[in-house]
Amino acid sequence: MFRRACPSRHLIQVTVDAETVNVEAGDTVAAALLALGKDACRTTPVTGSPRGPYCMMGVCFDCLVRIDGKANQQGCMVLVKPGMRIELQHGANALVDVLSAGRVRGTSPGNC
Amino acid sequence: MTDDAFDFAIVGGGLVGLAIAYGLVRGNQRVVILDEGDNALRASRGNFGLVWVQGKGQGLPAYSSWTQLSARLWPEFAQMLRDDTGVDVALEQKGGFQICLSEAEMRVRVDAVRQLMIQPGFETYEIRTLDRHQLQGYYPGIGPGVVGGSYSALDGHLNPLKLFWALHLATQERGAAYRPNAPVTRITRDASRFVLACKESKAVLAQRVVLAAGLDNARLAPMLDMDLPVRPQRGQILVLERLRRFMDRPIVNLRQTDEGTVLIGDSQEEAGLDDRTSTTIAATLADRAVRTFPVLANARVVRTWGALRVMSPDGFPIYDRSRTQPGAFGATCHSGVTLAAAHALALAPRVIAGDLGDMLAPFAPARFQSARRSMEYV
Amino acid sequence: MATQHTFDVAILGAGPAGMSAACSATALGLSTVVLDEQHSPGGQIYRAIETSPLTDRSILGKDYWHGASLVDNFARSGAIYEPRTTIWGLTPPQADSHWQIGVSRDGAASFVDARHVVLATGAQERPMPIPGWTLPGVLGAGAAQILLKSSGLVPSGRVVVAGSGPLLFLLITQLARAGARIARVLDTTPRGRLRTTLRHWGAFALSPYAAKGLRLALEACAKAKFERHVDAIEAAGSTHLEAVRYRTGGRERSVAADTLLLHQGIVPNINLAAAAGCTVQWDAQQASFRPRVDAFGASSIYGLSIAGDAAGIGGARMAEAQGRLAAFHAAYVLGRLNAAEFKQRTQEAKRELAHWSRGRAFVDAMYCPSGTFTIPDDRTIICRCEEVTAGAVRKAIRMGCQGPNQLKSFLRCGMGLCQGRFCGLTVNALFAHERNIVPEQVGYYRLRFPIKPLTLGELAALPQTLQSVQAVVRLPASYTVPAAS
Repeated sequence: MFRRACPSRHLIQVTVDAETVNVEAGDTVAAALLALGKDACRTTPVTGSPRGPYCMMGVCFDCLVRIDGKANQQGCMVLVKPGMRIELQHGANALVDVLSAGRVRGTSPGNC
Repeated sequence: MTDDAFDFAIVGGGLVGLAIAYGLVRGNQRVVILDEGDNALRASRGNFGLVWVQGKGQGLPAYSSWTQLSARLWPEFAQMLRDDTGVDVALEQKGGFQICLSEAEMRVRVDAVRQLMIQPGFETYEIRTLDRHQLQGYYPGIGPGVVGGSYSALDGHLNPLKLFWALHLATQERGAAYRPNAPVTRITRDASRFVLACKESKAVLAQRVVLAAGLDNARLAPMLDMDLPVRPQRGQILVLERLRRFMDRPIVNLRQTDEGTVLIGDSQEEAGLDDRTSTTIAATLADRAVRTFPVLANARVVRTWGALRVMSPDGFPIYDRSRTQPGAFGATCHSGVTLAAAHALALAPRVIAGDLGDMLAPFAPARFQSARRSMEYV
Repeated sequence: MATQHTFDVAILGAGPAGMSAACSATALGLSTVVLDEQHSPGGQIYRAIETSPLTDRSILGKDYWHGASLVDNFARSGAIYEPRTTIWGLTPPQADSHWQIGVSRDGAASFVDARHVVLATGAQERPMPIPGWTLPGVLGAGAAQILLKSSGLVPSGRVVVAGSGPLLFLLITQLARAGARIARVLDTTPRGRLRTTLRHWGAFALSPYAAKGLRLALEACAKAKFERHVDAIEAAGSTHLEAVRYRTGGRERSVAADTLLLHQGIVPNINLAAAAGCTVQWDAQQASFRPRVDAFGASSIYGLSIAGDAAGIGGARMAEAQGRLAAFHAAYVLGRLNAAEFKQRTQEAKRELAHWSRGRAFVDAMYCPSGTFTIPDDRTIICRCEEVTAGAVRKAIRMGCQGPNQLKSFLRCGMGLCQGRFCGLTVNALFAHERNIVPEQVGYYRLRFPIKPLTLGELAALPQTLQSVQAVVRLPASYTVPAAS
């Protein structure tokens, strides 16, 4: 949990998991999430355990979030922008469905 | 025999040495594995993880048969490793693809398959040629530049790092001694035993020796009056971040591991012992992967890797026993994953028997003295 | 490939070393580019110095605001400044080319060419693996400082700070001045350090750090409840930090907590230097690896200098002096200074360096991390990315695993997105401890490019060569490619 030690200067609106929220302009995405009380931003692809920002300087890769549709962005390295879509992540990065649709399940080319 | 003499000393703790060692300990042999240190040139760390049959054996049909045998043995072998270690190597043999990105590549591919199959003595199987439309049935996400490809039901893949780990666990579990940081400097014979002098550690005594030292086989083989002429060939790999499972069959140069990471290969360069990576090769690999699946452009590359394949003059494995030093064997190949099952379950019993038999006769290095055969084209 | 402009000097990092190198280089007429991953200059030490919302200067203190003049000079230096630029590659000159720096900016990768490179990539916090350190609510102390500097954020609720080192005292005082209430400080400095560091006292007392250090320590102690000689810490909670358990003097305690800030010193950021092929060596005094450099910062590769904490921890003021030395050295090898001019200019910088290096030995010895927190127990996750425990690593070591690189193959330890930055030193310590050998003998991960991830699309857009295509496509020589229709 974090709180601001100085008066807010300029608020902008972004969405976090589709909910519209006010965040401070000039904050990184990770800082904005911490200020909103969200200190977990993803679950890990290995065991699904929750994680939040750890180093805030681009080293640990724990603050990964989806930003404007792009997964696995380092939240601590990206500044918030008006209208930005921020989504918390669950597990491994899923690319778009076009590939998932390409899964071959139980059929082989021989059966086509 | 003294207490500290082993039945077998395996020189090399890579996939080839470990698989043979595993077969030997399963055959109740007392085995010691002599390995190098942390910074050794290890093809086993750079493996792509294919259990691949498709296209192999142009110029040496026996290689296809040997590969097919290994592919057939793999399910049993994977089960053995799981039983011994609890490690699941994530073997999947549900077929695999090769994809062509130009008409030229497609024509070469079709021609190569035809040439392969018409060889006398070739153990045939189906390699189905697919046009773009057919390929799209399996992978709707292929890019507009994909012309077609080929498919074989015999192909598969596994997690090569888990295999590496499982073989270490399994050999030791079954009593093999593992000596890391013990590069073999000299091998001599003392009465009935081989004496393997190691750098910075005690010499090892063994009744018999198997050279499975990868590139170092070229240096060691003459000490046992054998010829294992191998050279390094660099391969580079790109590794993508873990992605949710999107493909369940490998493409020969693009596969998703059971852990979700995606491996992209493969390059072949004659670069001596330089195992570094280069941005130009990385760019070419990336470009072809993106042309295969455009959506991968958004996935992130977390690592590049360069490793040295162990190549014989014709690209095929070499298996041999020394004529003048009974009990000395040599094994070398660049398909340590595909052939691991055969090495453990077919080669190791022959080594125990002391005779490699008819099936492995075509892999003797004597072939290099006869006609030069064409390079393998996969 | 088509090459763009070639700079005389490319400086990687815009912290104190990078900024001062840039000022000196441009003053000597060298065309200079400064590439930095952050949004504004300052590095981590002077992070957000131009934009910090903290108007009360007493919160961050005088030393922080010293950075303002540096940033000011840098802004006026004439160096080309490229913020938000992630560096992922660094290739030494080939036969007919210059240094090639692989960068990624706004989602596109490209190369920057330079005749000389000054690497000023600074430091990161030393990993402090304890059970539960992956729980949300547990952060590096450096992270809290960055949040304070750049956003004016302070941890609220029950805050526990744990670890040791001068930066810990600094953070405690800064947070307290900004209004944070710190429930407990768990000082992990082992008992008896004052005695074992006796021989360094004299130099420290005369150093520019002594008075300030003492003042900070006293202020910190007045602001928070300290537990001394803590030799075990565990973060407890299911999905979030709930409590911190610790042990001191053989007694186990527990304190409810919402935020736990960990810190046990900082270590050089070696990934870029190591991946470029620089000789990296173990520094026993600082218990970390660092690239080998000479008195002017020249690395083992010609044309590559390393300045500031990236070459060994010395702090911001030493970094400034080292940045100047590296720039003079670059100017000398590029023929912009002759031997006499070089000598004359470097003398002043060397005096400055000597001044600010006084007392470092005491700090290194006093706050060298204790084994308890570098050699964690079996259940502790040491590789945060791949979630590998110390127990799994020990098992592999006991099976004969030779070192960190074989370990990567066996357990994926160090193979995640952070590329070993948060497990490399722990893995090294575990090997050294299990084998009873020195860290130098253990070695480190082999690091390769990209040192930070970039997208496959970015990589695919980079130049290829005929050789690279042939190495991958391999159409038989006999086959002639038909002309495109």
